[in-house]
Amino acid sequence: MRDVAVVAFAQTVHTGHDAGPAEPELLLPVIDEVKRATGLKRFGFTCSGSCDYLAGAPFSFVSALDAVGAWPPISESHVEMDGAFALYEAWVRLQHGDIDTALVYGFGKSSMSDIREIMTLQLDPYYLAPLGLDQVSYAALQAAAVNADRAALDEIVRRSRAGGRANPYALDLPDPAGEEFEVEPLRPYDVAPVTDGAAAVVLAAGDRARELAGRPAWITGIAHRAEPHYLGMRDLARSVSTAEAGRAAGVGKGPVDVAELHTQFSHEEPILREALGLSADVMVNPSGGPLAANPVMATGLIRIGEAARRILDGSADRAVAHATSGPCLQQNLVAVLDQSL
Amino acid sequence: MPSEEPLVAAHVLEFPGGYTRTTGPVIGRFLTELRDRRLVGVRTAGGRVLVPPLEYDPDTGEPVTEEYVEVGPAGTVQAWAWVGSPRPGHPLDRPFAWALIRLDGADTALVHAVDAGSRKALRPGLRVRPRWRAATSGHITDIECFLPEVASLVAPVRAEYRVTPGRALTRFLEGVRDGRFVGGRCGECAAVYVPYRVSCPACGSVIEEEVEVADTGTVTTFAINNLPDPRAPEVPFVSAYVLLDGADTPMIALIGGVPAHEVRQGMRVRAVWLPPEERTLSMANVKWFEPTGEPDADLDESAGGAR
Repeated sequence: MRDVAVVAFAQTVHTGHDAGPAEPELLLPVIDEVKRATGLKRFGFTCSGSCDYLAGAPFSFVSALDAVGAWPPISESHVEMDGAFALYEAWVRLQHGDIDTALVYGFGKSSMSDIREIMTLQLDPYYLAPLGLDQVSYAALQAAAVNADRAALDEIVRRSRAGGRANPYALDLPDPAGEEFEVEPLRPYDVAPVTDGAAAVVLAAGDRARELAGRPAWITGIAHRAEPHYLGMRDLARSVSTAEAGRAAGVGKGPVDVAELHTQFSHEEPILREALGLSADVMVNPSGGPLAANPVMATGLIRIGEAARRILDGSADRAVAHATSGPCLQQNLVAVLDQSL
Repeated sequence: MPSEEPLVAAHVLEFPGGYTRTTGPVIGRFLTELRDRRLVGVRTAGGRVLVPPLEYDPDTGEPVTEEYVEVGPAGTVQAWAWVGSPRPGHPLDRPFAWALIRLDGADTALVHAVDAGSRKALRPGLRVRPRWRAATSGHITDIECFLPEVASLVAPVRAEYRVTPGRALTRFLEGVRDGRFVGGRCGECAAVYVPYRVSCPACGSVIEEEVEVADTGTVTTFAINNLPDPRAPEVPFVSAYVLLDGADTPMIALIGGVPAHEVRQGMRVRAVWLPPEERTLSMANVKWFEPTGEPDADLDESAGGAR
């Protein structure tokens, strides 16, 4: 296995509304930023994560390639998922041994449509999508299955939004308030905000990583697992795929300083904490997490970027990053980032 | 000049007439049975029954068997989420619940809507049954929604009677009509019973002596009632046992003219009578008892005061 590290990370100043730029325009500054940080102009491999249904256009990732510069021809791939899963593909590509660097990015403008209806389209077309089951509703079913303590959920949102206010890239959201429900048991503030944004990460292997960063964030383990798509085939109160991915990535093999979790709903944090075996003293989502900024298709990649940033800047020695896809935490990716190998 | 607001255009993604999909044999079987208003699951090699059927066992990835099992139609709610404001694409246009429903005979849960009327009607283990659409087509929405099983009903009960008060009560009510409380003194044990009665419950003797007692008395015990009663003046109201002066047994009565929380044991009270022209042969002649303003009585002394 080759040693691969995150050597650079950049994200947009996310907005809770459409601030005007098209997707390639969102991407340009962050790609420019990681190029400047590493001094790299070209990469051995480029991989992106996005969702055509967000843009309402087929092959929408193709136009975003303009932000990369695709001539002379580049080695490129795309996943119709969060950029975190594109990072996994890039990590695999680096394992081939013939290239040393990879650029990964993810982007999305969820302000362009109604995200609850867009996410209905990802459900199976036979049993779930025809019911009009929307994203907040199926998350509420999971919250009901967890039966999480309301005060604990409120504290998760309060802590996340406070983290977001201290994070120049996240949204400025007030403390949770109000008694109304979006879909009971979820209150409006239990749901990640509509957000537009993008993020980019540079991976490098071996000595190339040591050249490009003073303190590379080595990926000592990375794995993802999927569960059945249909909600009724699973125990929604637990995330066995996260637990499996965490075990495979080696989360429990050392102390965890910080964990960045892809929690788009407050009740997902206790599920993921339990699945990853994170004790109560592990700092979760100090960036604010998705409850403070949720640029869909970049949010998971940002979790890896935020975790890596704390290794790169020396504020943490070992960090866990988590990304998810599919309804009710169906597929989960876990990466362990370490200052040493 | 760049404008403040970005340019905006409306854009719709749509497949006119819908997007045609083939179902394959497994999902197709479920939908075909659904069209005939039957619910079936498919058995896995391990023996579990998947509802709705999948082509593979989610635990092992192995193909499922070709054995289909009729399940339901009733099932049990495992978890639910309450939709207070339905969205346009939702199956119902009034508040409803999404639920994970384990149909009888199935090992997995079906996701569907439950029309429960109010969220209070939902509880873990709620039994539900499908409501079918009038015309079925082989679509998951052939089930319009699920409804709670019938678990209770309201049965009207009404019978009519002609009631006579009997000799003793008639005598007592005649007294009340005349503004007097009539009691009976037992010749054997000397106790005075109010209301008037014709035999002594203590010794069994026939009571022959009629006595009149005062319309003043002492509260011996009381209850503050917070449920409305057609006979009561308001809510809360106080019902109390009043030991009339000269009687040995207390009589139940309403207390009025005083805040409920001020009523106490030992309080001295007096009957408030309706005007003579309004009186009938009824206890309604006494509107209620209200405080006299006298100092409280010592209950230990007043009990059995006539003896």
